Amino acid sequence: MTDAIANAAEIAPAEHAAGRVAGEVRQVRYLVGALCVAVIAVMLAPLALSFLASIKTPAEASQSPPVYLPSQISLENYAKIFDFQAGLWTYAGNSLAVAAITILLCLVLAVPAGYGLARFNFRGKEVLFLVLLAPLMIPYQALLTPLYMMFAKAGLANSHLGLAIIHAVLQLPFSIYLMRNSFESIPRELEEAAVMDGSSSFQVLRNIFGPLVVPGMVTVALFAFITSWNEFLAALIFMNKETAFTVPIMLVSVRTGRLGAIDWGALQAGVMLSIIPCVLIYVLLQKYYVSGFLNGAVK
Amino acid sequence: MIATRKGRVGLLYMAPALIFVIAFVIVPLVQLVQTSLTDASLLGGSEFVGLANYARAFSDPTFMRALWFTARYTIIITPILMGLGFALALLTAPNRPLTQLTRGIVFLPVVIGLGSSSLLWFWLFDQQVGLLNKILVDVHLLGQPMVWFTKADLVMWAVIISVTWKVVGFGMILFVAAIQSINTEITEAAMIDGAGPWQRVWSILVPLTARTILLATLISAIGSMLAFDQFYIMSGGGPRGQTFTAVYWIYQSSFISFKLGYGAALSLILTAIILCFSALQVFLTNRSPNND
Repeated sequence: MTDAIANAAEIAPAEHAAGRVAGEVRQVRYLVGALCVAVIAVMLAPLALSFLASIKTPAEASQSPPVYLPSQISLENYAKIFDFQAGLWTYAGNSLAVAAITILLCLVLAVPAGYGLARFNFRGKEVLFLVLLAPLMIPYQALLTPLYMMFAKAGLANSHLGLAIIHAVLQLPFSIYLMRNSFESIPRELEEAAVMDGSSSFQVLRNIFGPLVVPGMVTVALFAFITSWNEFLAALIFMNKETAFTVPIMLVSVRTGRLGAIDWGALQAGVMLSIIPCVLIYVLLQKYYVSGFLNGAVK
Repeated sequence: MIATRKGRVGLLYMAPALIFVIAFVIVPLVQLVQTSLTDASLLGGSEFVGLANYARAFSDPTFMRALWFTARYTIIITPILMGLGFALALLTAPNRPLTQLTRGIVFLPVVIGLGSSSLLWFWLFDQQVGLLNKILVDVHLLGQPMVWFTKADLVMWAVIISVTWKVVGFGMILFVAAIQSINTEITEAAMIDGAGPWQRVWSILVPLTARTILLATLISAIGSMLAFDQFYIMSGGGPRGQTFTAVYWIYQSSFISFKLGYGAALSLILTAIILCFSALQVFLTNRSPNND
């Protein structure tokens, strides 16, 4: 009996403590929830405001002082962007063409290089790997002068291929890291069995590894697209003919506008259109994107 | 066994990428060195001038100011990005629907272009039509709309605010991964031993994610030292050239003033600075525990 009371006395504070901890945990959860909502609001506000400005009438979008919400919905700003100078399709076409070539170059170069690095041992491999990482160490911003002169001589100025080469240089180390990690994560046994059967290393690559590294290749392509679509400085320098502009360069000339007055509504419509492909890719392929990001950046 | 039998074949697989890097990075680098020793102009003509461009670079007040401005920008923005990124990682590391959604939304601006986001913020900051000014006035933080782009310090803060919005998710996502990879037994043990939340952060999470923090800091700082788009778009280097970054001044010298030789010397000085940081980054990445 006394034992039971003593036990109860011992248990009670423990239960009390547990109850307090649970209470604290609940409070912390509410706090975390509130903070999350606040963070989401702050992060989405600029995009929401830009979108709302893009569907105002041009006059309302340039009105001072500004208003938050459009009084009527108008697509006039978007119409202006579609007809801007050579037309949105010319600029988006340039951006897409450059991105497509960039993706192709990254895959053609990084898939075999990743295979070679992950699956073969030869003397000097480490040094050659460092050479492949040179674009990480030497900023491409510094190389634009010699590349500009080189491309001018080769007739690659204002060409999709020229700009894509620079974007591929930019994206190559990341792509190679990613492909090397993809190949390394495949069990050796798979390869050994095939080699026993007399397959050449290329057959192993094509038949056995090929399907297994498709996720890695998708990630390489995604990142190559986003880098190329968004890249600004090289596009500014190399695509100096108006019809060769990519989308970011088009946006800057939308801002410059005519007669010095900025067409704010059209500018925000342009901003919205320029981010749509990136946001779509991110939302639809978030898994590939985030895991690729982690694999290429730190591993 | 496979490795020794067919080792050399590996070289063949690496060859295309190697040739590409040699052609478009190593060869241009050599040409950059050559050009930096001449007075080459984009308009034509080129004479050997020895190290004159380098001597000029160090006595060029605009370049020195641009380097200093870039350094100051980097020193201010890097801790902000890393600190906020880490705080957001602490907030969103537990896998629950709301925290995962928050993580996804914080990371969203990372995928959009710096050009697009700079134009978006250029508009938000505008004195006449900018809604950020309107918000600040409406909540009584400002008496009247502020002119952000006529003072160098305000330009820098405007850029820092916009770039923080755009890239804070970068550090966050790396830190979330690092925090999640820590064995929960360690944090639970610390909790049982009575370690408070701050103690757990400082004595467990920070030390155990130190490598990721260092890498993220390096990557972020290198990016800031190479800043161009945001200043080109938001301030155009103004007022009076006070917000030229190093890359911006190189662009200006090479492609606006056509002084390729001089621009090449500036590029090499910048490359030397960046190389110190990027070599460390590559070294750290290759020493990853995952590759051992």
